[in-house]
Amino acid sequence: MSKKNEHDGLDLRGTLISVLAVGIIIIVMWVAVYMMYVAR
Amino acid sequence: MHFHKFEKIWLVFGIISLIVFLSVVGITAFSHDHHPAGGMDTIDPEKVNETAPFDNPGVTQLDEDTYQVAIVAMAFGYTAPELKVPAGKEIIFKVTSTDVVHSFTIDDTKVNMMVVPGQITTRSYIFDKPGKYLILCNEYCGTGHHYMFTEIEVY
Amino acid sequence: MIAQQDRKLALSYISVAYIAFLIGTLMGLLQVFIRNDKLDLPAWLDYYQILTAHGVLLALIYTTFFIFAFFITGMSKSLGTFGPKVRLWSWVGFWVTLLGTVMATVLIVIGEASVLYTFYAPLKANGWYYVGLALVIIGTWIASFALIGHYRVWRKNNKGQLSPLFAFMTITTIIMWLIACLGVVATVLFQYIPWAFGWTDTINVELSRSLFWFFGHPLVYFWLLPAYIAWYVIVPKILNVPVFSDSLARLAFVLFILFSIPVGFHHQLTEPGITNFWKFLQVVLTFMVIIPSLMTAFTMFANFEISGRKKGATGLFGWFKKLPWKDIRFTSIFIAMAFFIPGGAGGIINASFQLNEVVHNTLWVVGHFHITVGTPVAMTFMGLTFWLIPYLTGRKFTKSMKVLAFVQIITWSIGMLLMSTAQHVLGLLGAPRRTAYSGYNGHPSAMEWFDGILSSHVTMAVGGSILFVSAMILIYIVVMSMFLSPKALKVEDQVEFPMAESDKSHTPKWLENWWIWIGIAFVLIIIAYAIPLSSMIMHAPPGSEGFKTW
Ligand code: HEM
Ligand SMILES: [Cu+2]
Ligand SMILES: [Cu+2]
Repeated sequence: MSKKNEHDGLDLRGTLISVLAVGIIIIVMWVAVYMMYVAR
Repeated sequence: MHFHKFEKIWLVFGIISLIVFLSVVGITAFSHDHHPAGGMDTIDPEKVNETAPFDNPGVTQLDEDTYQVAIVAMAFGYTAPELKVPAGKEIIFKVTSTDVVHSFTIDDTKVNMMVVPGQITTRSYIFDKPGKYLILCNEYCGTGHHYMFTEIEVY
Repeated sequence: MIAQQDRKLALSYISVAYIAFLIGTLMGLLQVFIRNDKLDLPAWLDYYQILTAHGVLLALIYTTFFIFAFFITGMSKSLGTFGPKVRLWSWVGFWVTLLGTVMATVLIVIGEASVLYTFYAPLKANGWYYVGLALVIIGTWIASFALIGHYRVWRKNNKGQLSPLFAFMTITTIIMWLIACLGVVATVLFQYIPWAFGWTDTINVELSRSLFWFFGHPLVYFWLLPAYIAWYVIVPKILNVPVFSDSLARLAFVLFILFSIPVGFHHQLTEPGITNFWKFLQVVLTFMVIIPSLMTAFTMFANFEISGRKKGATGLFGWFKKLPWKDIRFTSIFIAMAFFIPGGAGGIINASFQLNEVVHNTLWVVGHFHITVGTPVAMTFMGLTFWLIPYLTGRKFTKSMKVLAFVQIITWSIGMLLMSTAQHVLGLLGAPRRTAYSGYNGHPSAMEWFDGILSSHVTMAVGGSILFVSAMILIYIVVMSMFLSPKALKVEDQVEFPMAESDKSHTPKWLENWWIWIGIAFVLIIIAYAIPLSSMIMHAPPGSEGFKTW
């Protein structure tokens, strides 16, 4: 690990995909409740 | 302070999602009147029964397309005789309390209002489907809280 | 190991925490059966009395006492042994908080305070209940200032240096807590106590609610931030990696000081007395406080991936298999984090202005806080307990305890998954929270809610029972590591306090200039609250007398 830019050179592809999956869960849950709201 | 490139992507993605959520609720709330129950009118909680519209609780037709429903909540019930309203018309609910905090919640609708003594909560709603709807209190108000309910008939 | 006297202090805090946990979870068990109509209570006991005890003892007392035990241990470890004054005031704080706890509990038990942990006026409890709650807060203030004093001594002796990450995060949490409590202290001291003792006739209900929620939302961050400290500082050590980014970790924490307070109206979205403008403004601020949690999510996955790759993992997800699954200190916290994904998503929904009408005061909310404080926070605390008590008592964390710890974590996860899923679904269908039994005379709508497989009383009761068994296993582990496990005489048996290395060399110094953050926090609070609160005072309706409706 280079000291200057602590993070460059780290392979974090798995992290990116994981957080994006978290994002998708958030969006899906939100949209589901939003649709329930609209339907009521 | 250094963000990894992927963290920047994630934060941009996340923040844009949040902005979209906020815009959807904000725009529909303020331009289409979809905001939650509320209202700034106040009332003397000890003089509810003498104060309009609660001196005459129940359904009143305001004009062709609008009805007002005035309801007094108290431990553990609602003063609301004969709740019958038409489907497809705007119903304006006005609720207050003579004692503690309650709620006025109509099952399977958007009507879920807190009822606070001293304040009048207002919400308007249009029923699509006729039928009998359960009305209940979902704010703890005492030993009989879970017995506090009534019904509204939509024709 | 930290000094003997500091250990005694921390152990006293933990003991109270687990006594509260024991009683509180027993109440939880009773609740799921009463709701199921399977348990008839004797006349002197009431569902709402039990629920008040559950809320107070778990949400307020268990959390607070555990948090201070954790802070005291970590501050002693990272900044050095407490001086005599710090120690004295920490004890004073402990006794005052305990006194308040006992007072509040006694009044709940004798049926004088069945007002739930939110004590909304004009339900009027015995005045001493409010005094007890006030003492709890004041006790935490005393203990907080003791820790701040300890920190200031360190700063004086280490001029120009950034403090260790653990200490920085502790102080952040404490600053947020001190500001947050101003709201509840104001309402309890100036509204509830004079009114409950009859010195004033009436109370301004809407104002009391708003001051409560000024405190109520940051309260949940007071629970969450200590768990985040464990996630940021302790988990990397267990994974054998350094702190991912010292500066971003500190940035995330100061954002919590700024945005966790001016947001309380998101608990009052469906009530009168606050205009839509102010409600929505606080909704926007609430969304700001999501950002540091998004940063946290990234950091956590990055820790996992870096650690796995260091151990030779390849591919996109190879690191997942390399995580130390057999180490309960890790696995417990990992599961806690996983629960926080739907938990956090649910929180975004709750705060989404009119969407709140779908979920407000339904069982969804109960499901929500059991998968935020009831699992992510509580399970992180469990994961800390396993090693923290042996660390403090100098006993071993034996093999059989490790196995039991796994059983405990797995059962809690299963129980909570069942109970909270049932509650979420039931809430979406419309079933209300805080109800002894929601049958409504067999009304068809109410019958329909409970008709599903997931959305049934049975699922909730099964989940609740498994949870209770799990809680009792935890109590057993706590008692063993407090008093009975063999002493760790050999060095290799001694339990460590895992605290990761943090590289501060790139961290800007202004992050630790507290006055900046406190200043901005107050500006935001004034923007969000000054006008709506003063209009509640100036345009107040005639106040309410008290009611004892239980
Ligand atoms: C044995 C484990 C547990 C069980 C079976 C359990 C069960 C329940 C149930 C059924 C309710 C809802 C009652 C109602 O709304 O009518 C409830 C409420 C609550 N629980 Fe738990 N729970 C457990 C653990 C926890 C933990 C660990 C915490 C927090 C650290 C917690 C915090 C709360 C809070 C704050 C409430 C709301 C009280 C109120 O509405 O005033 N619970 N619990
Ligand atoms: Cu009620
Ligand atoms: Cu909140």
